[in-house]
Amino acid sequence: MSSLFSQDVPLYWYLLLSAILFALGVLGFLIKRNLITVFMSIELMLNAVNLSFVTFAHQWHAVKGQIFVFFVMMVAAAEAAVGLAIIIAVFRARATLAVDRIDLMKL
Amino acid sequence: MTAIFPLWLIPLLPFAGFLINGLLGRRLPKAFVTAVALLAPLGSFVALLGNAFGMFGDMPMLGIPHAETFGTWINIGTLHVDFSFVLDQLSLVMLLVITGVGFLIHIYSVGYMAHDEGYARYFSYLNLFLFFMTTLVLAGNALLMFVGWEGVGLASYLLIGFWFNKPSAAEAGKKAFIVNRIGDVGFLIAMFFLLANFGTLTFSEIATKLGQDPGWTGGVVTVIALCMLLGATGKSAQLPLYIWLPDAMEGPTPVSALIHAATMVTAGVYMIARNHVLFDHSPFALGTVAVIGAATALFAATIGLVQNDIKRVLAYSTISQLGYMFLGCGVAAYSAAVFHLMTHAFFKALLFLAAGSVIHAIGGEQDMRKMGGLRKKLPITFYTMTAGVIAIAGIFPFAGFFSKDAILYAAFQQGNGGKALWFVGLLTALLTAFYMFRLWYLTFFGESRSPDVHPHESPWSMLGPLVILALLSVAGGWIGIERFAAFLAPAVGPRAVDPGTGNLELILSIVAVAVALIGWYIAHAFYSQKTERPAELAVALPSGYKLLANKYYVDEIYNATIVKPLLATSTYFLGWVVDKAIIGGLAWLLGGIAIFAGALLQRWQSGNIRSYAAWLAAGAAAVLLFVVVPWSLVLASIGIHLNWAGH
Repeated sequence: MSSLFSQDVPLYWYLLLSAILFALGVLGFLIKRNLITVFMSIELMLNAVNLSFVTFAHQWHAVKGQIFVFFVMMVAAAEAAVGLAIIIAVFRARATLAVDRIDLMKL
Repeated sequence: MTAIFPLWLIPLLPFAGFLINGLLGRRLPKAFVTAVALLAPLGSFVALLGNAFGMFGDMPMLGIPHAETFGTWINIGTLHVDFSFVLDQLSLVMLLVITGVGFLIHIYSVGYMAHDEGYARYFSYLNLFLFFMTTLVLAGNALLMFVGWEGVGLASYLLIGFWFNKPSAAEAGKKAFIVNRIGDVGFLIAMFFLLANFGTLTFSEIATKLGQDPGWTGGVVTVIALCMLLGATGKSAQLPLYIWLPDAMEGPTPVSALIHAATMVTAGVYMIARNHVLFDHSPFALGTVAVIGAATALFAATIGLVQNDIKRVLAYSTISQLGYMFLGCGVAAYSAAVFHLMTHAFFKALLFLAAGSVIHAIGGEQDMRKMGGLRKKLPITFYTMTAGVIAIAGIFPFAGFFSKDAILYAAFQQGNGGKALWFVGLLTALLTAFYMFRLWYLTFFGESRSPDVHPHESPWSMLGPLVILALLSVAGGWIGIERFAAFLAPAVGPRAVDPGTGNLELILSIVAVAVALIGWYIAHAFYSQKTERPAELAVALPSGYKLLANKYYVDEIYNATIVKPLLATSTYFLGWVVDKAIIGGLAWLLGGIAIFAGALLQRWQSGNIRSYAAWLAAGAAAVLLFVVVPWSLVLASIGIHLNWAGH
């Protein structure tokens, strides 16, 4: 553990990495047209948050942050299952995954 | 003294009849509807008779005057109004007429309305009317009386417009209701004045307070009395608000007999008699009542001369006879007015019902020019109607003679002005005799003017009431004004008789009967012997005939001076300026602001999920910026120092 979080790597690097990952996720969510990419962007944001959880947990020696990460991963897994199922259903119905084209509730 | 017949039973029986027939009547068998409808007024009548005989006999069931209070209605500060009924001599006479004549007319209606689709509806309305009318008469205070007052107006409206499929009937109902509203305003204002000056609406308390302080004369009492008079002119179809009554003949004929001849239209007379203490304290108001009464009597009688619709002749004669009653009230001869009210209820109900029998017999025709020669075909109707005609003409010894005579005699005693009123009354008596015998001759004598109609006498359910009312029209006046006035004296004050004028009364009576006979003779000459003469007269006096035939153009004048300007004001000022421009403009302005704001804001609602997400991200970033950045330092760097401590 101590080798992984070496004293040589300061805290804010992790946080910076987390912020960069989150911003990339937001950016991808906003500008990508493919539904799967958008979905992956959301996963990226979740994992960015996970990283900052773990960082702070290590910093403050609080195990709660690590437990929270497990919850987030669990929910993300469930969400991935549901989300992919929806994506497949959408693709079957519309034959496209471009988010701009699937902006109507009705078929 | 415990009451064997509680007073609340009297109005409540008809109300129960109204509820049963009104709610369930269409599903109930016709015989049951009839039974309920007839039992309601009969029960009230019996309850009253019990009271009346109790009073006259050795063992009084109810002391009279008898007051019952059923609870507090309003109790706010100094305003205290009870649900209270008062049965005194005056209300007893009124109630006997209302329930007695009312019951007869109910029986008549069973025959008259037998084939009408709205049989149950008709009787429920009729019972509703009796409920409100008895409430009006029994009420111990002005507010409860007002409830009955408005209620009979409602029942009248419903029954005039009973055949609402006919536009003219619906219109007539509305006209009656609206014209009555004008009078009701007067009644309401009178009540406000009573509250402001006496602090009570209870009749007996007002009378006590007026009696205690002789300073109450003129001024405010006059205003109250005149406002009440306005209400009375509306309900009792006097000048200037009489115009609704002739149109009210659109209703079924028994309704005309009950509401628009015998009972409801006499409510104004009753109100004046009930509040006679107020009127006694204001000679000016009394004089106004007398002048309005005499003017209406003459005015309506002249219109009645040339009407051809049998019911309209009777309607104008009702207005004219009500004018007599007002004249009687105006010369403070309240007992004479109530006496005439009673006899008039008998003979006018009779006349209307007989007219209804005629109309029924010849298939709904009301134009007298198409009648004639019905004497042989409808013998019972003919004989009963003859009794009514002679009674209203005031020929001895029929009922109308006694009551009309009492009023004319009372008027004659009131100085020179009174003699003028007496003369107007006498002239009216002449006209009355003329137009009533004109109706009689046109309807029953000569040859039939509609040969293809085959009249048939009415069923006994209709003839029975006619016979009873005919007997009452003959004998109803025999009680005599002296005894009647003595009986009523506790309620309306004693009858004023000048001493030493014993012969005067006899002379006046002879003059009145002579005048009535002259009227009969003229009618005989015009409509029995030289039947071409009326037409010649109409040609000889075209302007006069046209004036009368068009009822002095009063409807047209009201239309031009009141209805049209009101309509124009409503359409142009209230409708266009106030409603469309101001209120509508405001609404459009508010709507416009919302539309404009919406047009701006709807650009946000693009429907594009990613733009929403972008706004979300931007918002989150803004919140973050606001929380994380130490704004006090930023502000300090541009020279603004926040003073957190407040000093």
